[in-house]
Amino acid sequence: MQKMMQDRARELLSSGKVDRVLGWIEGDFVYDVTPHVFRENDIDQLIYHSFASQNLSKYLVGETKKDGVIAVFLRPCDSYSFVQLLKEHRFDREKVYAIAIPCLGKVDAEDLRAMGIRGITGVTDGKERIILHTLYGDVEKEKSEVIAERCRKCRGVHAPYFDERLGEELTKEPLTDRFEMVEKLEKMTAEERFAFWQDELSRCIRCNACRNVCPACTCEKCVFDNAASGIENKAPASSFEEQNFHIIRAFHVAGRCTDCGQCSRVCPQGIPLHLLNRKFIKDINSCYGEYRAGADLEEKAPLNRFDVDDCEPGDVVGKGE
Amino acid sequence: MKKIQLSLLPKLLSAIAAKKALYLPVDGKAGADYKRYEEGDTLSRACRTNRSAKDFFFPQVEDMAAFRVEGKKIEIIDTRKENEDFVIFGVRACDVRSFDILDRVFLADPVDTFYENRRQHATVVSLACDAPEETCFCRQFDILAEDPAGDVAAWIVGDEMYFKAKTEKGKKLLSSLDVLLADGDSAPVEKEKKHLEAIQHKLPISEFNKEHFKPEDLMEHFNDPAWAELSEACLGCGTCTFVCPTCQCFDIRDFKTNDGVLRYRCWDSCMYSDFTKMAAENPRHTQLERFRQRFMHKLVYYPANNDGIYGCVGCGRCLAKCPISMNIVKVVKKIGGKKA
Repeated sequence: MQKMMQDRARELLSSGKVDRVLGWIEGDFVYDVTPHVFRENDIDQLIYHSFASQNLSKYLVGETKKDGVIAVFLRPCDSYSFVQLLKEHRFDREKVYAIAIPCLGKVDAEDLRAMGIRGITGVTDGKERIILHTLYGDVEKEKSEVIAERCRKCRGVHAPYFDERLGEELTKEPLTDRFEMVEKLEKMTAEERFAFWQDELSRCIRCNACRNVCPACTCEKCVFDNAASGIENKAPASSFEEQNFHIIRAFHVAGRCTDCGQCSRVCPQGIPLHLLNRKFIKDINSCYGEYRAGADLEEKAPLNRFDVDDCEPGDVVGKGE
Repeated sequence: MKKIQLSLLPKLLSAIAAKKALYLPVDGKAGADYKRYEEGDTLSRACRTNRSAKDFFFPQVEDMAAFRVEGKKIEIIDTRKENEDFVIFGVRACDVRSFDILDRVFLADPVDTFYENRRQHATVVSLACDAPEETCFCRQFDILAEDPAGDVAAWIVGDEMYFKAKTEKGKKLLSSLDVLLADGDSAPVEKEKKHLEAIQHKLPISEFNKEHFKPEDLMEHFNDPAWAELSEACLGCGTCTFVCPTCQCFDIRDFKTNDGVLRYRCWDSCMYSDFTKMAAENPRHTQLERFRQRFMHKLVYYPANNDGIYGCVGCGRCLAKCPISMNIVKVVKKIGGKKA
């Protein structure tokens, strides 16, 4: 796949169809992957494997402000963010050439470390299995054992707004029910749930990684960075304030979150932030019917339209005590 | 040299905690972090904690003063509290070095009394590294992970833990624990040190040509065109700066209360868009300039002002935690390596 992507990118660049290519480049380690804007001179360094975890679509907001056309590789999850951003007029579609690529699920080095797999030097990807080459020998694993939480619920299908497809579309059955943990939380008492979030969010260091990586967070000036807003702050003054930040963010991306899971991937403190967003997705589905942000360019989002038959959310999910 | 059976370590920790506040790294839901010792806590063997140990001396948020306003009267309230004595147990060599780096900033004239107070009350028990991560590169900054500094240095050899006092404070701590500690021979520790050093030499990040970051080359590095490419994918979040044991920038803010103002300081991040923004102007408009600031500070500005000591300790946290895996190693290789 990597070879195919390099070849196609080279073609696009030399034919003048695109001026730049947005992809991934490796660092000192196989998992040390960074999004990178390639030109003809470095395109042979483009990589694609289980550690190419970062979504690229959000970079288009900045990249399309520059001159020329940029090609971007979109994994299925990223293709929904791409459409969602497009829907919100966050980038110039004319300046983008979107290439859909298949994904076998991503693996996070931190997860592997927690499983005791350390000193990773290389990776050989298969459809079902993955071989991790380490300083201490090879470790072979079932993909389903090691792929990231965000990939376990993936169905592998792209949102259909790309310019071309490389490789085959890999439809798959989700390995887990993505609402399982949300349901568990719903069944808790208010006190238990509060304690759960208190415990998780108390570790937050307010580094803003979740916000800055989020493709739904593209405000030019976030309210938390805006000195004129009155609620700007760089550090949590209390654990309450910490919850405030995350809850406001979750509300703001409700109905726009594509469940790409990047927020939880980047959290340096391992907070399962995606659960807040999934709760909203679940509620939107149950109140207004199945909806997937970024699946359709034209369809109005449930929270952006009003029908006289709309339910009273309080009647459906119950009122808070 | 003193020693104790590892099975008796809980007793030792209890004994320390009975006299002083004790903090140690403990394994949690998502990696190890320092916490105040409670009966039953066990020392994490992780080679690094998520958050660094700088929090002990330079916490993320602290109150500096309060102002109470009554009509035209303003009362200034000193919010400083005398700290309690505390022990940090199990600090790795990289984090211990970070204290020296912070000292040179906060204890230089004018002394930061908030920081100084915490430093004076702390006793640092360091712990030699037996299982470094492949992202560790402290040796590149002449830090010896097998022989850490601190008030007391500790080694785990087999099923025993050895201690060596390195300062007066350290001697005091060890003598207060005398009943629990046995005399230890230094030979096993010396052997272990050699073994641990050998591991250090096997770590992959060993090509680290930092010699080029000389103060006289400041402008050359500052104007290096490679900054544009390096900073291109930076998200502008503060992860690297907040997990970094040596990042020391802070902001001072006023919080309006009902009857006055609470003045506090909190960590700042050069990655943030309003970093050092002043009333009239923001000196760094783009992420490139902010990104460059972070690395120039660690590799050029700080050493220029501090006898050539670099502002990085090679703990590898930024390597492990950056959402886009951009880090100081990549920067050094691109910016510094060319003149070789």
